[in-house]
Amino acid sequence: MRADVDGSPLEADAAPGQVLRTWLREAGVHSVKKGCDAGDCGACSVLVDGEAVHSCILPAHRADGRTVTTAAGLGDPDDLSDVQRCFTDAAGFQCGFCTAGFVVTASSDTVRGAAPEDLPRLLKGNLCRCTGYRAIGDALAGVVNVERPQGGEASFGRSLPAPAAERIVSGREPYTFDLTTRGLAHLVVVRSTEPHARILGIDTAAAEAVPGVLAVLTHRDSPATPFSTARHEHREDDPDDSLVLDPVVRFVGQRVAAVVAETAAAADRAARLVRVTYEPLPAVFDPEDARRPGTPLLHGEKPADSRIADPARNVVAEVHGEVGDVEAGFADAVAGGGAVVEGEWRTQRVNHVHLETKGARGWLDDAGRLVIRTSSQVPYLVRDELAHVFGLDRDAVRVFTARVGGGFGGKQELLTEDLVALAVLRTGRPVQYEVSRQEEFAAMPTRHPFRVRVRAGAGPDGALTALAVDVLSDAGAYGNHSVGVMFHGCSESMEVYRVPNKRVDAAAVYTNHVPSGAFRGYGLGQLIFAIESALDELARKVGVDPVEFRRRNVVVPGDALVSWAVHDDDLGLDFGGPRAYGLDQCLDLVEDALDTLPDAPAPGTPVPAVDDPTWRRGRGMAVAMIATMPPRGHLADVSITLDASGACTLDVGTAEFGNGTTTVHRQVASSVLGLAPDQIRIRQSDTDVVGYDTGAFGSAGSVVAGKAVELAALRLRERVLALAADELGEDASALTLSPGGVVRPDGDVIPFGLLLAGAGVERLSADADHRGTPRSLAFNVHGFRVAVSTETGEVRVLASVQAADAGTVINPEQLRGQIEGGVAQALGTALSEEIAISPENGAPTTTTLRTYRVPQFADVPPTAVRFADTYDELGVRGAKSMSEAPYNPVAPALANAVRDAIGVRPHELPMSRDRIWRLLRTPPPGPPVE
Amino acid sequence: MDLTAVDSLRIARTPGDLVLAPGEAWLAGGSWLFSEPQPETTGLVDLMGLGWTPVEELPGGGLRVAATCTIAELSAAAPSLARAAAPLLEACCRALLGSFKVWNVATVGGNLANSLPAGPMISLGVALDGELDVWGPDDAERRIPVADFVTGVNANVLAPGEVIRALDIPAHALDARPAMRKTSLLAIGRSSALVTGRLDADGATTIGVTAATSRPEVLRFAALPDADVLEAALDGIGTWFDDPHGTADWREGITRVLAREVVAELGDPDAAFVDGTAVRP
Repeated sequence: MRADVDGSPLEADAAPGQVLRTWLREAGVHSVKKGCDAGDCGACSVLVDGEAVHSCILPAHRADGRTVTTAAGLGDPDDLSDVQRCFTDAAGFQCGFCTAGFVVTASSDTVRGAAPEDLPRLLKGNLCRCTGYRAIGDALAGVVNVERPQGGEASFGRSLPAPAAERIVSGREPYTFDLTTRGLAHLVVVRSTEPHARILGIDTAAAEAVPGVLAVLTHRDSPATPFSTARHEHREDDPDDSLVLDPVVRFVGQRVAAVVAETAAAADRAARLVRVTYEPLPAVFDPEDARRPGTPLLHGEKPADSRIADPARNVVAEVHGEVGDVEAGFADAVAGGGAVVEGEWRTQRVNHVHLETKGARGWLDDAGRLVIRTSSQVPYLVRDELAHVFGLDRDAVRVFTARVGGGFGGKQELLTEDLVALAVLRTGRPVQYEVSRQEEFAAMPTRHPFRVRVRAGAGPDGALTALAVDVLSDAGAYGNHSVGVMFHGCSESMEVYRVPNKRVDAAAVYTNHVPSGAFRGYGLGQLIFAIESALDELARKVGVDPVEFRRRNVVVPGDALVSWAVHDDDLGLDFGGPRAYGLDQCLDLVEDALDTLPDAPAPGTPVPAVDDPTWRRGRGMAVAMIATMPPRGHLADVSITLDASGACTLDVGTAEFGNGTTTVHRQVASSVLGLAPDQIRIRQSDTDVVGYDTGAFGSAGSVVAGKAVELAALRLRERVLALAADELGEDASALTLSPGGVVRPDGDVIPFGLLLAGAGVERLSADADHRGTPRSLAFNVHGFRVAVSTETGEVRVLASVQAADAGTVINPEQLRGQIEGGVAQALGTALSEEIAISPENGAPTTTTLRTYRVPQFADVPPTAVRFADTYDELGVRGAKSMSEAPYNPVAPALANAVRDAIGVRPHELPMSRDRIWRLLRTPPPGPPVE
Repeated sequence: MDLTAVDSLRIARTPGDLVLAPGEAWLAGGSWLFSEPQPETTGLVDLMGLGWTPVEELPGGGLRVAATCTIAELSAAAPSLARAAAPLLEACCRALLGSFKVWNVATVGGNLANSLPAGPMISLGVALDGELDVWGPDDAERRIPVADFVTGVNANVLAPGEVIRALDIPAHALDARPAMRKTSLLAIGRSSALVTGRLDADGATTIGVTAATSRPEVLRFAALPDADVLEAALDGIGTWFDDPHGTADWREGITRVLAREVVAELGDPDAAFVDGTAVRP
């Protein structure tokens, strides 16, 4: 078939069942993205003869003889269309994977001519997981949010746009799969239909007979080295309980075989022909049952060095610890005329829904080295583990990422690269494994479901006397991140309160469910939901305002950090210096905003009449604390080089996945060096670029890698000035740097090229690193005013505010976007998202985006973002991390507001309309039951 | 997504092409067909080549909506109809889960044939006493009221090889006063309950319940029902169902709220048609 694509004729065969998106991408038109493959997310939007369509559900032949326009056809980086310019000016994206589709949709006549009130309806076919949509709304309204400092004007602290902005809005920025590789083969995974079984046989004959099939890989082909899909600085942090292909399956959806074929279609067809025979084994789905004697064991045979806490009880990890005497503390509360509250809270399975699915492409380079291009937050950790599993030298493996289309923790794992490596090493061919959206739901790790019991006691003045939690998390079938998530979950959530008596009992247990993994907040969100709910109830019982209750009980500088034990490691409230603590300010900011913010629900949503008896109003708040860096070391090597043209190349190991670190690094380097931002070119997330980087998780991109960037830039500045002082016979302290070169005291600018030539060098470099220790603490406080419908159970946000203690704000617009995006993702968790599980076999039954309910444009209310005025001496120029933290206080703040409104407390997420409707009917609707 | 089991594609040009070989399936807009794996489907017969007129006014004042009429075409045709029920056509288009980009390809017939509880063309057909013109093999043709067409979730009375030719809406329904409300688990999400109402010239009232029940439920009243009559009629519904879009008890509960609002709107001669897909006030 033939079509005019972005102004050029394109002629290529279209298979009978092929969609337009595949036809375009196979021809190298990578401005069309594959997000959901089902017409739900809009990343693949194109115009066909001017009409917007989802190209993933349009049979290719429908475009025969027609004109197809993608984001790349609307404008190019040097000549953006007005819509594209609006998206750059508004900073209307973060990872940018959805952006090409948004730009195309916004460029259609339908949206261009639409009234603002129609936008929520017209944009329901475009999902963004990063921004929370406010910035996208701004783009559509022509609001300019970015600043473009001129010349050598410092960009630090300004709202600089992302360096990739023009490429992203014009569909030119390459993501993981946006390149053409000659001879590329495709891998499709055959997955278990059994929740727990031993594989007796795999008949691959019919699959191998399919034309184009290159290999069918099974457990017989798997390396024998066990590993964990979770990736951390220390591989010993996670249990070695996984294999590339395991002869035992422990959840429906586990890998059983991998088919490698010349085309994705052939691999898919062949995969359906693989016949597996199983010996079913008894399964366990209830985490409460998992620890009981006689329960089927998932990893009972694993040796001690697999680092599973107790394989004979299905326990991946556990901790029990007490500081003080909680029972005495509860008795004191009651005896003193205070109160004790007790409750149990539950959180659901949540999917990350990064718009770019996971996946990797691998090949052998000319030197025979294994090269993996992957959608990962941790390329160095992936390299190291691939070397470990496959028995290769680290030097024999290169792992790198292009721009990553969102992560949220889901890509801090080794989930695709091992299969690709196996297939490349086996076939010698370049091989790609692109995870489908259905696989993301059916087989990829989710946020851990938690059951948290809380007991909390306070005296009549509201001073806490005891706080105890009993925690059970469902690890699923493999240990993965469960150890770290459990420990981290019980840390800052408990430590933020100054209570003389504390107790933690926590365990993570194996069940025959899809594994749980790293998710934004890393366990904290689940604990904070429970603890902040319980404390809100306690504040009510003792009659203290919830904000005042926090003021009385939160830790302040000078306090130790205590959870199940007194923690006196490298993390502390005082390590960031005298101006680092901002929780007090955050509480004030939220309290004030809840009193003063006008009602502002989501776009297109009316404010219910104040006298409407079917709507109950309430307000609520919650606090969250988080360490500014991950524990136990986080390393970043950085190198920076100035050349004769005045251009600087900054090499960093950390990945860009919408977190904005590339913008931050450019701001830091250019500001230290006195250069214009666009003089800084960044090479990143490639094991060939710098020595090492632990990776983009734990919000480390700004504070760890960014600090290393600052150190390297300072060193380079020193070298340039020393060289100039030497050549010019000036005192170095009298010289400054500018975009054009070194500035002498008399104002003369000596070009860098002249200086370097004079010294007989082509370039000047400096290296630096940061080890991620010691660490400081950041705070987020969220507040909501809501109305709850007694008729439908709808929770309608009327006002939303988050105060963040982020230290120095490096880029106000970008930080605001991070917070809004975290709030939006948390609103999805709090109100609508849920992976349902089959009671029969534990398999996810929610396998499409349309049944999962990611918040749309119409679902996200504006959030007022307030910053505390603090300075963290450990961070880069006073800044703290602020990437996962904004997510954490949202669900409990909303639950507390709902409780305030309806008099009944929600104990499980999501607080979907049907659940709230039922809550309203548990006790009959009436005045609050105080 | 690519349908990897599909080996053949035929574009139907004449009624004579409308014979399915083993493994073949009808392809209309494709918006659902290509949204899920179809491992059993090895061939496609594209109905869009038949060139059926999307919307035709029938002698006697009825309306014929071709099965291949896209949601976008139906939405575009509605305003120019100048009939009392026209606003309901647009509202039912808006009740589709898919975006306006899906409207550009999804068809009325496809939505009916898919027979999801939340299919808004089913809601429309039920509300307006629509009948389907169904073509079968060997030139067979039969007419099926939409209310009787859907038998359950993704289930209908179509026999193998049958294809929907058109949705016919009778004149009396087009001239009646419509009302509509829907609710979902998101602000603008897949319908969890959708209630339509129609007040005919003679006072006869038809309440349609879709999305909340596993198959359409039609409540007919000789006159606008009062609260007790309406509740009693709703009490007779036994097909409330659970799925990821809501629990059965909640669906029943909100259907009762929506039905009361629909009746109230129909009973107020001055009330304007409310776009029931908009967020509730």
